[in-house]
Amino acid sequence: MPEKLKWKDIFKQILLQIFLLAVTATVLFPILWVFSIALDPRNIDKPLELELIPPGASFAAFHRVLFEPYKLLCKNPTDLSTCMTFPLLLKNSLFVSLGTALFTVVLGASAAYAFSRFKFIGREAGMIGFVAMLMLPATGTIAPLYVLLSQIKLPGTGEALRTTLLGLMIAYTAGALPFSIWNLKGYFDTVPKELEEAALIDGATPTQTFLRIVLPLSLPALAVTVLLGFMSGWTEFVLAWLLLENPSRFTLPMALRSMQGQFSTPWSDFFALAIVMSAPPVLLFFALQRYIVSGLTVGGVKG
Amino acid sequence: MTIPFLGRKKRKLTPEERARLWKETRRAWLYIAPAGVVMLIISFFPQVFQLWMAFTDYRIKNLRFNLFDSSTWEKYAPPFVGFENFVKILTSSLALENYNFARLLTFNVVWTVANVFFHVVIGVAIAMALNEKFLIGRRLYRALFVLPWAIPGLITAVVWHNMYDDRFGAVNQLLAVLNQNIGTHFPTDIKWLIDPTPPIGGPLSFLPLAFYAVLIANIWLGWPFMSVVATGALQSIPAELYEAAAIDGANGWQKFWKVTVPLIRPAMVPAIMLGTIWTFNNFNVIYFISGGGPFGRTEILVTQAFKLVYEQRLYGVGAAFSIVVFFILLIITLIQNRLTRATEAYNA
Repeated sequence: MPEKLKWKDIFKQILLQIFLLAVTATVLFPILWVFSIALDPRNIDKPLELELIPPGASFAAFHRVLFEPYKLLCKNPTDLSTCMTFPLLLKNSLFVSLGTALFTVVLGASAAYAFSRFKFIGREAGMIGFVAMLMLPATGTIAPLYVLLSQIKLPGTGEALRTTLLGLMIAYTAGALPFSIWNLKGYFDTVPKELEEAALIDGATPTQTFLRIVLPLSLPALAVTVLLGFMSGWTEFVLAWLLLENPSRFTLPMALRSMQGQFSTPWSDFFALAIVMSAPPVLLFFALQRYIVSGLTVGGVKG
Repeated sequence: MTIPFLGRKKRKLTPEERARLWKETRRAWLYIAPAGVVMLIISFFPQVFQLWMAFTDYRIKNLRFNLFDSSTWEKYAPPFVGFENFVKILTSSLALENYNFARLLTFNVVWTVANVFFHVVIGVAIAMALNEKFLIGRRLYRALFVLPWAIPGLITAVVWHNMYDDRFGAVNQLLAVLNQNIGTHFPTDIKWLIDPTPPIGGPLSFLPLAFYAVLIANIWLGWPFMSVVATGALQSIPAELYEAAAIDGANGWQKFWKVTVPLIRPAMVPAIMLGTIWTFNNFNVIYFISGGGPFGRTEILVTQAFKLVYEQRLYGVGAAFSIVVFFILLIITLIQNRLTRATEAYNA
């Protein structure tokens, strides 16, 4: 009996490996293609053949995107020293993405906790209101948003919120909140209430039980929220193009988009920057992988 | 999913209960307030404004209209046109090339159904393969398989657009490599995104080759999310259930339909609903890969709305379009909700 079982297992293992290797090949094919173009020294043309390492492969494109000024993103096009550089773009992008992640997780967790734990007037309507925002396309809302954010002036400098990275951060947060609140509420629902009740009897306030008991037990869902908040700040560029004015505030996806010319695009540079830009989210996904599976409740894994 | 707490019965509250309810209500809205204010400013207000725009002939000159500056009201306020925008959209009488609402909607629905179907089937199949007990290399596979999800969407879309290039694209080049090494005879000059002739005739002849190309790209992008959700659900199924099923003499197929499917269902249903909403409005993939072409045949509602606003500068019509999309999605979500509730009762 055990002998027979073993053969069956080996057979199964082989079939699974063939299947998963095929999946791996499809997943990796576009990615390897991108690498091969980024390494291609010819830059303008697309390759005529499929080669992982193109002839004359070099890291020149990576060197260009990391160390040379971005000539399309300058305050004064005739003066290269006013152009954006990779470190400056990275700084802006990190600021926006981390800020979005932080806002999303703080505001989202607070609202989700209310929806999960309190019985109150307007609970249904509030939850439906947040979720309905997922279904409303924002295409027509950019013009009013533009006007509105132009009206709000920052205290101190008197700048319009629209032209600042803070404004962008708030806009991205609003985009990330509906899903985050939904997901976090689903997770909070699975945290046993008995723990909080015990704490309340011991004299803790609801805020204390939220901060000390519910949040620490919800790390996976919080990690997912941080990740998705970071991603929306890291990759968005349509809104950024429309709202920001000063090139010194531009972000990495804007720089990437700016490389795509109407007639020609420096493809090696484009893909080199694309690879550099993909690295942080990919590493973040790897780092948080353990949490992603359990933190993505989408409303009812553990129901 | 969602539409939570509907249909709960109301009863009279005692004064004590009412006082508690008010206290809880105040506290709850304090917790919601920060998120609520942000949503109010960034999402809700512009949406209300959009709703108003949808009933006006808002054009480029009306952009100078500023709700907060009364001196612009008289001069730049757009004329009110009632339901004219909606009528024009629904009766396909917009002055646009290749515009046909019925075709757009049909395509959008087919696009969504096809994508979500493949995302779920492939996602669940791979999650199950990765969930096998003695699998070698599980961690490596899991790490690799989040890549399509983790790479920024703009980048993937541009990459796929280039891969479908008829002369320099990787897809045709891959076919050439296959022809050389296995002796197949695929054509290697396929115009994936341009060729208007449908590869499958009959009832599917409204789908150009570009549809299948974009579908493949979006399947590549979308299954990891479903796979992750399915993995979470699969891991929460106790092994005893499978053992019990085995003792009862169930084969693999029966175990799948009687144990796995009912138990991952509660997790998959909300994910499918979300996937439906996301795919229905998946702007990036269509806009950056096929651009809606050839001849507008792979246009979906949101890309059409975007073009109305940014190419035609018909802000009012674009706003009306968004409202139409919202109602269509609402109807789809309600139907799905109904269907899943109905089958839930059946399964239980």
